[in-house]
Amino acid sequence: MSEKKSSAWSPSSRELERRKSRRRISRKQASIAAASSIFVLGTLAIILVSSPGWETVKATFFDIDYGREVFPTVVQGLWINLQLTFIGGAAIGVIALGLALLRTTKSPALTPFRFLATAYVDIFRGAPLILIILLVGFGVPALGLSGVSSNVIFLGTVAVVLTYSAYVAEVIRSGILSIHPSQRAAARSLGLTSGQTMRFVVLPQAIRRVVPPLLNDFVSLLKDTGLVSILGVTDAVRAAQINASRTFNYTPYVVAAILFLLITIPMTRYTDRAIRQRTSAQNSEGAI
Amino acid sequence: MSNVLELVNVRKSFGPDVVLQDLSLQVPEHTATVLIGASGSGKSTLLRCINLLESIDDGQIFLDGQEISDPLINVDEVRRRLGMVFQSFNLFPHKTVLENITLSPIKVHGKSKDEANAHALHLLKRFDLADKADQYPDRLSGGQQQRVAIIRSLAVSPRLLLLDEVTSALDPVLVNEVLSAVRDLKSDGMTMVLATHEMGFATQVADEVCFLESGNVVERGSAEQVLHNPQNPKTQEFLKRVHQAGRL
Repeated sequence: MSEKKSSAWSPSSRELERRKSRRRISRKQASIAAASSIFVLGTLAIILVSSPGWETVKATFFDIDYGREVFPTVVQGLWINLQLTFIGGAAIGVIALGLALLRTTKSPALTPFRFLATAYVDIFRGAPLILIILLVGFGVPALGLSGVSSNVIFLGTVAVVLTYSAYVAEVIRSGILSIHPSQRAAARSLGLTSGQTMRFVVLPQAIRRVVPPLLNDFVSLLKDTGLVSILGVTDAVRAAQINASRTFNYTPYVVAAILFLLITIPMTRYTDRAIRQRTSAQNSEGAI
Repeated sequence: MSNVLELVNVRKSFGPDVVLQDLSLQVPEHTATVLIGASGSGKSTLLRCINLLESIDDGQIFLDGQEISDPLINVDEVRRRLGMVFQSFNLFPHKTVLENITLSPIKVHGKSKDEANAHALHLLKRFDLADKADQYPDRLSGGQQQRVAIIRSLAVSPRLLLLDEVTSALDPVLVNEVLSAVRDLKSDGMTMVLATHEMGFATQVADEVCFLESGNVVERGSAEQVLHNPQNPKTQEFLKRVHQAGRL
């Protein structure tokens, strides 16, 4: 498409006036926002610092020297969390996709699997993750099965994967169900089988649609890998706990929290941006 | 002339609503059958039944003499011989124009990518859309989208093309570019069944016009007979209303 722009345009005096007004309005809004932020945050800071226990809290939670000392061990623990997140994430993606496809299929041969997939999702979406971690982490080794690893990192990962697969399967399924039936009708009328229709027409559109909620689940996954510490895995949370209980100084927890935030905040910002871009691409609501 | 499509006493209902009753139709090769009638008269349902997107409750449908209303039939194989164009285009938004057109030739008909692309580009050129091959459907006007949808259904060389109110979602200018594409197909000898509200267009392409009311063919015959000299009072009433709406 050739876009014809009239290059000889200069804004009218009325338009210049309007721009001036707009600038004035936005300056005013910015100063209100700044004043309100200073007031609210300043009040919070004053309440915190002037509280009777502040000196103790500063010494036991924000001891910078001790924080520096424990930093390497907590980072080492965080590496476990990251490994768990990425390896678990890959397994979750595959299992969740399988579950979502099973739950949306109409194939009679797969009826028992569809039933099982529904039961699976109901159970693992409904039970607290921490219970699943405890049951898998302590229950599976107790079975004494030969050939099944009793490595706590492995079992912890399995527990997280079991639960998150159920969450993610539901997200993918909702994406599949959100594709308009007319897309299926068009694909089927071209002679595509139901499998081909799913693979080439429905699924690509569905996955694109659920990318933002999937990223959201990914952030939650990273945080929830901290729960495997209850099995004795020395992840960031566990490493902080060991140090804290040794010295009764809780700075390691703060260090771990900051490290998690350093990863999750950029991820959530990115997710929000992805959602915003998606909505602005789909709706042309204008200035509202 | 052999019939490409034949419907014998087809009946279809959705719950208590009977949408098609004892409907019979013959579509000889290289002819165009135009279905007219008010909204809800069963035109779209009839097309969807032919395409096996809906199953019928009674009667028989034959495609090239083979009964396709048999539940044991291979539905995908039947649809490979049919093309369908929808009122709302139904292009795949995540695929480019070229990919939309070549999906079925490559995945269903087993053509090589080069062969499918060459054929698609040939068709795009013919319908003045060659420069749109790599665009996504959202970037096209409604008329262009509908012509792409027509090309998509043509790319598999169907025996029979079903067109379901293909211009209803378009403004009057865009209607013409789509109708002229359909007229081209007619002159190529494509066998077609069309549901339309464009009476002038019906007159131009129809070998037979069927007026449907409440799932019955109330009147059928040449465009001249049905549209310009209707015998049945219901047809007369319908055409009078169309005329008042300025569509004839």
